[in-house]
Amino acid sequence: MLRLEARPVPSRSAVVAAPLIAALATFCVGFVVFSALGKNPLVAFDAFFIAPIATRYGVAELLLKASPLMLIATGLAIGYRANVWNIGAEGQLTLGALAGGGVALAVGDAEVSPALLLPAMFVAGAVAGMLWAAIPAWLRTRFNANEILTSLMLVYVATLLLSWLVHGPWRDPEGFNFPQSKMFGASAMLPIVLPETRLNAGFLLALAVVALAWLFVRRHIVGFEMRVAGLSPDAANYAGISWRRNIWLGMLAGGACAGLAGVSEAAGPIGQLLPSMSPGYGFAAIIVAFVGRLHPAGIVLASLLMSLLYLGGESAQVNLALPSAVTGLFEGTLLFFLLAADVLVNYRPRLAKRA
Amino acid sequence: MADTPEVPRLSLRGITKRYPTVLANDGIDLDVMPGEIHAVLGENGAGKSTLMKIIYGIVEPDAGTIRWEGEVVHVGNPARARKLGIGMVFQHFSLFETLSVADNIRLALEPSQTKRLHRRIKDVSARYGLPLVPARRIHTMSVGERQRVEIVRCLLQDPRLLIMDEPTSVLTPQATLHLFDTLRALAQKGCSILYISHKLDEIRALCQRATVLRAGRVTGQCDPRRETTASLARMMIGGELPRPVHRAAQAGAPALRVDALDLRADDPFGTSLSGISFDVREGEILGIAGVSGNGQKELLAALSGERPLARANAITLCGAPVASLDAFARRKLGLAFIPEDRLGRGAVPEMTLADNALLTARGDGNVVRGMIRDNAVATFTKRIIAAFGVKASGPDAIARSLSGGNLQKFIVGREIGQRPKVLIAAQPTWGVDVGAAAQIRQALIDLRERGVAVLVVSEELDELIEICDRLAVMAQGRLSPPKPVRETSAEEIGLLMAAATPHEAEAQPEMES
Repeated sequence: MLRLEARPVPSRSAVVAAPLIAALATFCVGFVVFSALGKNPLVAFDAFFIAPIATRYGVAELLLKASPLMLIATGLAIGYRANVWNIGAEGQLTLGALAGGGVALAVGDAEVSPALLLPAMFVAGAVAGMLWAAIPAWLRTRFNANEILTSLMLVYVATLLLSWLVHGPWRDPEGFNFPQSKMFGASAMLPIVLPETRLNAGFLLALAVVALAWLFVRRHIVGFEMRVAGLSPDAANYAGISWRRNIWLGMLAGGACAGLAGVSEAAGPIGQLLPSMSPGYGFAAIIVAFVGRLHPAGIVLASLLMSLLYLGGESAQVNLALPSAVTGLFEGTLLFFLLAADVLVNYRPRLAKRA
Repeated sequence: MADTPEVPRLSLRGITKRYPTVLANDGIDLDVMPGEIHAVLGENGAGKSTLMKIIYGIVEPDAGTIRWEGEVVHVGNPARARKLGIGMVFQHFSLFETLSVADNIRLALEPSQTKRLHRRIKDVSARYGLPLVPARRIHTMSVGERQRVEIVRCLLQDPRLLIMDEPTSVLTPQATLHLFDTLRALAQKGCSILYISHKLDEIRALCQRATVLRAGRVTGQCDPRRETTASLARMMIGGELPRPVHRAAQAGAPALRVDALDLRADDPFGTSLSGISFDVREGEILGIAGVSGNGQKELLAALSGERPLARANAITLCGAPVASLDAFARRKLGLAFIPEDRLGRGAVPEMTLADNALLTARGDGNVVRGMIRDNAVATFTKRIIAAFGVKASGPDAIARSLSGGNLQKFIVGREIGQRPKVLIAAQPTWGVDVGAAAQIRQALIDLRERGVAVLVVSEELDELIEICDRLAVMAQGRLSPPKPVRETSAEEIGLLMAAATPHEAEAQPEMES
């Protein structure tokens, strides 16, 4: 009989091993699922995980899709460490894209240097994301309303707001009635950093934010205090750490990062405003944050894995005629196994004879 | 065993338990006769708790045999232990915080035993002077009240072997005497009692035999009635016990002043404070005695800033009104606080000692312009570890891996290390072994000698009388006027404490009749 025995000290190696075990288990489930769908699992794996990144363009796409994920997950992780559960990054991303895109559309084709316009767009996007996140923060600190619910509900409000704009006031008059804005001017577009691909400067921005967040969480006293609040609310209260400040900082960090990601998407691969600015990056980033152990380096790796799942899903759809739901299935399976494997951090399995 | 015709109720031979980092029990032999009150003595970490958990079936021994009334048994789990007739009162509580007193007790009983449970809880708790409200939820109760639930839960099961792990730390002197009467009566009826305590006087008063453990081994057996407190302490720690040095008070100006403090309790079962006034002067130790649950929790939360008040003047710290400030702001004005819960309040269990030092110690160059200086924090942490003899692998040790006593020494060191002007300590030696307790008391006295105002809230009257200059008693949310220790006595204080609990006073004549 297999028994779990409490470890005296949490295992550091298990902290690293758990995501790897979860990835391995996910692959095993994939094997079964592909077989059950009547596909040769090896061919399917090749189509899903190898083919998408076999080319230079493929690698660039991988990094491109990983950028918003790592950006948002980094912001969310700051809150999650303090038990501030911002689930509404998708809505904050939408508001960020809307505000950044709004700046770009207002400038239009006028001659403005990108060195001025792009920072202005990013500032507008970050501020808009923060404002959207400030609503649940205020409701929580003022009325003790659960931020999980309020932030999630605001996602749908944000989506409808953007939808109304691109169907109405901001619709491109020459767009054959499609619900989309005008294309942004050239100076409102992020520069490409890898020639002949779509990889843009948004990737570098994401890396820079990850590094800054690491500095904040590991080296700054406020980051430390937020970690304390997450681990032990009573100890935080004992030390005089303000829970209100933690909720505001946690929500605003997530909102700002999601807003930046929204601008990156709008001014990067998309280049205009559409009714939907993201294939669910704001939600996938929640999984990325946890698979990455809320740790900046882990989040970078997890965002690459999640990005690969996106690319693999598209590739499997095109090449094997598999349903796109397979991507969602892998995301869910991965999170499920990760949470299960987390038991190993505090417990060690032991074979024990029953007396 | 040839010379004793009687079969021991419980007989252990060669009990050994190894944990990944420590050999907790090493070939322990122990016999407990029917009707015997048997003490198990030892410092924290000596292996007493592990041994008791083995007897109660919580921990599986790696080697050795357990005989119950002559038969080799495998206890395996607490339910089977209770079926055999073994009951245990834990030092660290095994209560579900979200459930009521009655529900917690119900969980430990066989379904057939749960009839008229509220009535029986009230009967037993009244008989032993341990007042309880059966419908009250555990999370609203103080540490001392929780221990009462443990004791009553055990007594409801009519055990044949009762294991008591430091049960008296929450009782008034009078209630302790009642409990001893109860235990003696139980023993007379043939119930064996394994009594674990660090209060050597109690063991000498109560127990017929004592087994001494040190570092997981049996290091001696004796009749405690024929030993002195000093000789017992020597056996236990393998050396002399330091006595605290206490010079005459040279009290100065009031550093902490509380003025007509009223506070409505947060929850319906808490104790509201009314009209609390006192001051603590520089260079004196003021003690607040009392059975827990009489408002200590609320008073400490108000003093520490964990629960700020509306009227800033209610509390004055070094001349500044602070009652409306949070804990961090009060620390900056020179307040330090040692809380009664170590893990989860005084320290973050999952964090390292260095991180836990940083929890409150922001000076000493530990934080410069908001950025954490790891080297300064490590130096500060090492200094505490060295100064207080904390047994830990170093600043990177996880707080949870330390024993209760060691973690307490660390927290005391951290708070004192910040050179406070006022120090508040709640139950500073609760569950700490004698050696560490003596060290902590000495540290508090040294602080007083340096002119710091020290407030100690404790349920251990002996400790308060030993270290305090003045003493007040907390009862039902009110505080008696502080009196110099020399002008009072344990009996007087005990009566003031007991006056707060009418159930206990009512139970008294019943016990004597």
